[in-house]
Amino acid sequence: MAQSNVSGRPFRLFRNLNAKIAAIPMILTALVIFVGFSLWTVVYSFTKSGLLPRQDFVGLMQYERLWSNTKWLISIQNLLIFGICMLVFSFVIGFVLACLMDQKIRFEGVFRTILLYPFALSFVVTGVVWQWLLNPDLGIQSVMRGFGWESFAFDPLNNSRIVMFGVVIAALWQGTGFVMVLLLAGLRGIDDEIWKATRIDGIPTWKTYLFVVVPMLRPVMVTTLVIVTAGIVKVYDLVVAQTNGGPGVSSEVPAKYVYDQMFLNQNLGQGFAASTMMLITVAIIIIPWAYLEFGGRKRG
Amino acid sequence: MVDLTLDGPRGPKPRRAISGRNIMIYGTLIVVALYYLIPLYVMVVTSLKGLPEIRMGNIFAPPVEITFEPWVKAWSEACTGLNCDGLQRGFWNSVRITVPSVIVSILIASINGYALANWRFKGAELFFAILMIGAFIPYQVMLYPMVILLRELGLYGSLTGLVLVHTVFGMPILTLLFRNYFATLPDELFKAARVDGTGFWGIYFRIMLPLSLPIFVVAVILQVTGIWNDFLFGVVYTRPQYYPMTVQLNNIVNTTTGVKEYNVNMAATILTGLVPLVIYFVSGRLFVRGIAAGAVKG
Amino acid sequence: MKRRVILAATTAMIGCAAYAEDLEVTHWWTSGSEAAAVAEFAKAFDATGNKWVDGAIAGSGGVARPVMVSRITGGDPMAATQFNHGQQAQELVEAGLMRSLESVASADGWRDIVHPASILESCEIDGEIYCVPVNIHSQLWLWLSNDAFETAGVAVPNNWDEFVAAGPALREAGIQPLVIGRQPWQASLAFQTIVASVAGPEAYGKVFGDKDADVVNGPEMEKAFAALATAREMTAGSNVQEWNQATTQVINGQAGGQIMGDWAQGEFAIAEQVAGEDYTCLPGLGLADIVSTGGDAFYFPAIDDPEVTAAQEELARVMISPEAQVAFNLKKGSMPVRGDVNLDAANECMRKGLDILANGTVVAGIDQMLSPDAGNQLADLMVQFFNEPGMSVDDVKASFIDILEYDS
Repeated sequence: MAQSNVSGRPFRLFRNLNAKIAAIPMILTALVIFVGFSLWTVVYSFTKSGLLPRQDFVGLMQYERLWSNTKWLISIQNLLIFGICMLVFSFVIGFVLACLMDQKIRFEGVFRTILLYPFALSFVVTGVVWQWLLNPDLGIQSVMRGFGWESFAFDPLNNSRIVMFGVVIAALWQGTGFVMVLLLAGLRGIDDEIWKATRIDGIPTWKTYLFVVVPMLRPVMVTTLVIVTAGIVKVYDLVVAQTNGGPGVSSEVPAKYVYDQMFLNQNLGQGFAASTMMLITVAIIIIPWAYLEFGGRKRG
Repeated sequence: MVDLTLDGPRGPKPRRAISGRNIMIYGTLIVVALYYLIPLYVMVVTSLKGLPEIRMGNIFAPPVEITFEPWVKAWSEACTGLNCDGLQRGFWNSVRITVPSVIVSILIASINGYALANWRFKGAELFFAILMIGAFIPYQVMLYPMVILLRELGLYGSLTGLVLVHTVFGMPILTLLFRNYFATLPDELFKAARVDGTGFWGIYFRIMLPLSLPIFVVAVILQVTGIWNDFLFGVVYTRPQYYPMTVQLNNIVNTTTGVKEYNVNMAATILTGLVPLVIYFVSGRLFVRGIAAGAVKG
Repeated sequence: MKRRVILAATTAMIGCAAYAEDLEVTHWWTSGSEAAAVAEFAKAFDATGNKWVDGAIAGSGGVARPVMVSRITGGDPMAATQFNHGQQAQELVEAGLMRSLESVASADGWRDIVHPASILESCEIDGEIYCVPVNIHSQLWLWLSNDAFETAGVAVPNNWDEFVAAGPALREAGIQPLVIGRQPWQASLAFQTIVASVAGPEAYGKVFGDKDADVVNGPEMEKAFAALATAREMTAGSNVQEWNQATTQVINGQAGGQIMGDWAQGEFAIAEQVAGEDYTCLPGLGLADIVSTGGDAFYFPAIDDPEVTAAQEELARVMISPEAQVAFNLKKGSMPVRGDVNLDAANECMRKGLDILANGTVVAGIDQMLSPDAGNQLADLMVQFFNEPGMSVDDVKASFIDILEYDS
């Protein structure tokens, strides 16, 4: 950035010294916690650590076991289903809602509050409530049948083929409002001139939104994407509260696999191997993107 | 600040009369709002029913006989082990944990964001990129190394240790928000202050802080929600005398054997979620404004 | 308030005991009957002039255990903590983080009073005793709804084979023959029960204890796997998750039976059902007089403070004392760890269990034979089997042998 060159340059290290001092907590966190702990995890993933970390190296044994474990394979598959559904639906629904909210409507505050309140609740609450609503004997299914629609069947939490969609419904309920607010905020930041210009040119509103506005929302989309994706990768509490991985193992997710291995099975080594795989996957996806997004670009 | 005025709706010109378009917009919003409200409705209704009534029936039916017993029980009588004083036991602990954690984490993240946006130094973006990747690491993985770190620092089991943990894990997203926000503030302000000879801290406190109320609101909301709802860190890194409210909630809700008192569970979950909920209701408008001001230009 | 007065009075009576310490005790007993049972320990301990500081964290393995392990390894241990005995705490002991109770145990002759002996053996590491066993839970029970069989017009079965034979009649009457909650541990419990009862205690010991693959492939286990497949057929159509929901179906007569541990009694008791009249309990599926000895135990972290150490010993003595054993186990619905106490208040089912404990065959719980890792893998395997009608018995057998091999 241009500013850093304004100051004198007696020594490279001392240039911009205050900023470096101010950034010490960040540097320590990045190096000690995120890099240090991750390396620690990787190292111990090659051991046969059980309840406590032990330097009892066994090579790639934990990884061999990991990739021959159906529970892990199911977890990954579920994360893919969950992730794709969440990204697509939360962005599409969030964007449509944001556009609707942006139409100078009355009671905007009321609608916004209603859409946003689930975000204030913990995943545990969301999981428990949706477990009820999707319970075939208590919730939506029994009500529809009570209205006389006897053949109505909607019991995702008891059906291992569609259980992940039950989890997605709950997660969307909690998260979409937040996406909507972020995108709405983005829309509010767009210059009025743009709307005037497109109207003069006679471009339909929906086209303006799709082809003019969406590209302009890129920064807020990036922020939202980071927050939503981080939430997806880490999804744990919701699954535990809602299905606890069931029926059977059909709604297991990687973060739960890691946790269960570490604390229920008392097999830290296996948990570390699984988390190392998660870490590598995230790094492969994020590093190039983060470089382009945050590293390569110079702004002034 | 220019962006502060940008909080009115920005869509195309509205039409006044009741039109098909309006019916569609409001219709959609009302349907969506209902979908969002149903779970809250079920929670509230259930918490007002007696157990026999819940066992019999329909979770959507309004209570035949309204009882506040479950609320009283959740707040002041529910047992966790031998301590039968309900959620109130943890309430002040949650406050004691949340307040310093929110303040410290936001302060540090805002300074990070400021340094990253306005005082770039070599390598800064690398650390930032590491933080961004860190946002994706499941917390559970960090549990044991954190125990070791806190033990070595002599902070294990203390409130300070827990504040540190919340600061560290809140840092990625908060730093991203602040960095993006500060980057949108006009450069002229910064340059003028530099010419006047104002230094790093001077600019931060005298120029940046007063301009960044909106983004602070966003950060406070995010952090209060996250920290208030946190259970795992609160229970792993402290002692029973500091256990937050969520620990009691877990003990009430998560009991594996015996009868499930659904009404008490629901009352307890609502009570636990009350603080973040109130903050949302009060500051929802500022929230949108803050993000509008902060995250648009990037 | 009242309690404090009593406590003050007791303290005054003892005349300020030499070691009046506050001991923090962590455990995961939070349900009504569990908490009432713990309160008995606390009361007995407080009566010694010390003070029980309760640290209850619900959620047995998943939540409570990482907290306990973190506290112990983080250098800020509690004074005593619950753990399932068996292999779970072994590493903590090996790392020197737990204190030995050998001096107390040998002075008080625990090896003579604890019955069955196997339950104390699982506390023993390198010849020293590291934990206090406090109760025995047997997992190997079949619970039947008398109502359901009456509705179906068949006699209440006396054993598994009769139960299987009654299956079609139950189905015809619209009753779910067998319910097993679709959670891994419940599926695993059903498997263990079937192995111990159908294949017999001897095969059970060889399979889980010696991890003998030949026995797994042998004729006894052949029968057990066939029974497992039958159990899957009988549970088809049920989608109950929680064990207590399943028990509720048995109580209501919606289901014929459930394979579950003796803690299910608590649910029947709350529903005011009477053993023998409303429901029937069959230990060892009615095929063998067996009980298993799972249970809970308390461990004491090593703390370098003589006063705390003395109080820890005091607590250990209290927990195993006959009075506390009776009071605790009556509330908890489990069996005491010593044979020399009198449980007149026990109901019919618990009495059956106590009789078998005294005269029948006692087998070890799988917690004592398998590592937690293998135990959970087994649970995952079994729940998959119950959930996927397409999974063959041979597949289960092969995976089961893999798990055993990995563990040995």
